[in-house]
Amino acid sequence: MTLTVLAVDDSRTMRDMIRMALMPAGFTVHLAEDGIHGIEVLGGINPDDIDAIITDINMPRMDGFGFIDAVREQDDHRATPILVLTTESSQELKMRAREAGATGWIVKPFDPAKLVKALQMVAG
Amino acid sequence: MSEQNDPMAEIRASFFIECEELLEALQDGLQELDDGADDPETINVVFRAVHSIKGGAGAFGLEALVRFAHRYETVLDEVRAGRMTPDSDSMKLFFLAADHVSDLVRACRDEAPIPEATSDELLVRLDALLGDEVEEEEADAADFTPLGFSMSLDLPEIEPELNSFEIRFKPEQEIFATGNEPATLLRNLCGLGTATVRCNTSDLPDLEDLAPEAPYIEWIISLQTEAAEAEVRDIFEFVDGLCVLEITGTKSGDDGDVAPTESIETEVEVEQAIAAPTAIAPVSVPKKPQGTKPASDTEDSGADPESKKAAAPAAKSVVRVDLERIERLVNLVGELVINQAMLSQSLDEAGLSPHSDAMNGLEEFQRLTRDIQDSVMMIRAQPVKSLFQRMSRIVREASAAVEKEVRLVTEGEGTEVDKTVIERLADPLTHMIRNAVDHGLEISEKRLANGKSRAGTVTLMAAHRSGRVIIEVTDDGAGINRERVLEIAVSKGLVPPDVQLTDGEIDNLLFLPGFSTASQVSALSGRGVGMDVVKTSIQSLGGRISISSEAGKGTKFSISLPLTLAVLDGMVVNVAGETLVLPLNVVVETLSLGPDDVQMLRPGAYVVKVRGGFVPLYDLGVMLGYRAQRKTDAGAIVLLISLEDGSRAALIIDGIQDQRQVVIKGLDDSFYRAPGIAAATILGDGQIALILDPADIIAGLGNPRGADIMLSERKIANE
Amino acid sequence: MSDQGQTNDLELLTFRVADQEYSLDIMSVREIRGWTRTTPMPHAPDFMRGVINLRGTVLPVMDLARRLNLPSQETNDRNVIIVVKLQGTLTGLLVDAVSDIVAITEDDLQVPPDISSDPQLSVVRALTVIDDRMIRVLDLRAVVPATSDEAA
Repeated sequence: MTLTVLAVDDSRTMRDMIRMALMPAGFTVHLAEDGIHGIEVLGGINPDDIDAIITDINMPRMDGFGFIDAVREQDDHRATPILVLTTESSQELKMRAREAGATGWIVKPFDPAKLVKALQMVAG
Repeated sequence: MSEQNDPMAEIRASFFIECEELLEALQDGLQELDDGADDPETINVVFRAVHSIKGGAGAFGLEALVRFAHRYETVLDEVRAGRMTPDSDSMKLFFLAADHVSDLVRACRDEAPIPEATSDELLVRLDALLGDEVEEEEADAADFTPLGFSMSLDLPEIEPELNSFEIRFKPEQEIFATGNEPATLLRNLCGLGTATVRCNTSDLPDLEDLAPEAPYIEWIISLQTEAAEAEVRDIFEFVDGLCVLEITGTKSGDDGDVAPTESIETEVEVEQAIAAPTAIAPVSVPKKPQGTKPASDTEDSGADPESKKAAAPAAKSVVRVDLERIERLVNLVGELVINQAMLSQSLDEAGLSPHSDAMNGLEEFQRLTRDIQDSVMMIRAQPVKSLFQRMSRIVREASAAVEKEVRLVTEGEGTEVDKTVIERLADPLTHMIRNAVDHGLEISEKRLANGKSRAGTVTLMAAHRSGRVIIEVTDDGAGINRERVLEIAVSKGLVPPDVQLTDGEIDNLLFLPGFSTASQVSALSGRGVGMDVVKTSIQSLGGRISISSEAGKGTKFSISLPLTLAVLDGMVVNVAGETLVLPLNVVVETLSLGPDDVQMLRPGAYVVKVRGGFVPLYDLGVMLGYRAQRKTDAGAIVLLISLEDGSRAALIIDGIQDQRQVVIKGLDDSFYRAPGIAAATILGDGQIALILDPADIIAGLGNPRGADIMLSERKIANE
Repeated sequence: MSDQGQTNDLELLTFRVADQEYSLDIMSVREIRGWTRTTPMPHAPDFMRGVINLRGTVLPVMDLARRLNLPSQETNDRNVIIVVKLQGTLTGLLVDAVSDIVAITEDDLQVPPDISSDPQLSVVRALTVIDDRMIRVLDLRAVVPATSDEAA
């Protein structure tokens, strides 16, 4: 099952890693550099075409929490699965992400195959 | 993950490039904090830089980097959270830690030995800042394991024994706010094996009592699977706490009450089981169609992925290009310029009318060539900022080594310079900065005694000035001790004991090979590198270096460099049958010498009167050894040149050919490049013409060979 | 690169300089060019003839006769420039004329007598006889002055 995913991360390396992980699985990957850029990119994609969103937390301009908030405010994306990328596996962060409206979380560094699977599971 | 295929290697390389950018941001941020910035974004930038380095490092299993970055980040997080206000000592430590991250990044990149001892030492000091919180954070550090993956969706193979689970799943209201879909969860569950799903709708109120967002439905799933319970639980990981979840395992073969008693059965009908309750939502609250999406999505997902390629704005992209490719382009454009000059010359010789189509076309060709050349040069230009940042580290290290307090002030960090120039400036600048800290600045006590501030200041400035790049290293130290310099030069036999030199000439003795002012070897000097090496490297870039100093006030080194290493706007002149090129921007005006214009200062030294002032006059043909001194210079053509430092000179030439852009071809020492010769170029006729460095001609001294010539010429003149 | 013991085959490019016969290991020769006017380098040693344009790069050219302290001849159209490569650097050697390419073995080489005293011979690494003519085999590293290490 291939999906179309928006990945938001300020680290080019992470964006490359995500793209590397998802493209071979046949995913279509849109990339953005921070929350604001993410919203801009999301606005240019037909809501029905986005299956899932991956976002980093620590980002300039608009962080991951702000981004999730902004996405959830859009009626079209009320139910779009959002996975948070985090280096910390602390419970507190997960709960904060969930409060913001995140669907789940992935701890960096991630295994490409498992990222694919995680996305397929939440967006399936 | 472990396989080293090409894309991974590429990302790895890209990671290290990104690290350089992040390190730059880190330095900037720390500097701003040190300068008193207290806005949250500054510390955020600092934090994020370390955080991103850690994140990437984890992806590549660079454990030493992860370990250090993680604990550095922990301390920065305290600052970010406002729980810690860094004092000047902790700021120093932050800088050291940033330098160390930089070292670790490079060690990892080059697969060099990791300086673990420094890591340990700095970590002890960083941890000390945390005080009581150390232990807690330590635990957290252990929690972060590189290359781990906490989402254990895919546990290793287990015995293909069938397990039976009875799962009761009742989502709570909050679940819908997170984008988690019961439908998806159930489908994932079904994916584990054979499932029978029952739907308990007994809680469903009447339509008028139905709260829009409240889930009323409970699912009971009987699952036959090879998966272990943990795997089943993992499916619900994200909704843990957002639902009532009960999983009870029954032994395999114990095929108990699989038989459903109510409602819908069979996995095929799962969609319906899920769709049933959710279908109610749109009725009551049309604007919240939660749950309908995944169902419809499954129908078309994968069926036609092409249709999903939306015309979204692509992420801002920067193309990273192998420098070699740019070099090739630069060289090709250089060839193009030569080719165009040749074509231009042959059309000229063919005697075509200037208004002919061919000549018009040529003009356009010239314009385009020039534009292309400019654009290509732009590719290679980059701000000197990265270079300056490296220097701030040199200042920190150098000042610590000699126990002086030093402040580095940088100006014009955004000045763009050819990338090659920046790279090749690093070593000379490092040396100059070390010199400034070590020899230029006085110790604090002495400064205070002289009424100066306790901390010395080293200023690093870059600017574009009259078509060149100027870089200055200034210190506010004691200035050059000229007596001592002369003494050393004489004692080392660099100049004759009875030589009479001006202040400027004495200062320039510093550039002579084998000169070192350090009366004792300090921690910094004694590296066997002198200012002569600095001068040589600057010259090899087509640049020049000058020095000025004022007793008690300080010393300034000025480096002047061409904007690019590849092209030059030149004036092509004839001297004694040879063709020479002068940088156009130094030529102020052309004069024709009258009989009374030239005055002899002393034998062999002449000046020319230009509008009331006297300017030293040099015969290029004689200076370059092309011909002997002529009886009279009357009637000769003279180029008046002026340098950035205000010095002027008049050069005797035989004729002016042209003004044109020339491609610079470097000459190294194997060519016996004489002082005054900056480089060479290829003319339209294929001949090589030398490009002159007027400042070097005027300065004469400085370069060892130049000094010889000057001194021997004086000797000749005195005979 | 020249002193490889086990394979004896050696190809020499022979040429004339001031009516004497010299040769170079052909492996170090890149190309042979006709004479073109050189641009003199100011204050260079007199054996440096100057620089020429070798397909867009600047090639320093050495007058081999002057380098060997032989009487320098007037240059004419028969003069050629042998372009040699030593440690990555190209240098042109101006000679009177190129004669031949000969194949010999290391056994055919004779150590020149008392190298150190005679400046002319200090750049000759061996002698060989071909058709009764004595041919000097030049040691390129001694002929082309070492460039500074930090170059490039």
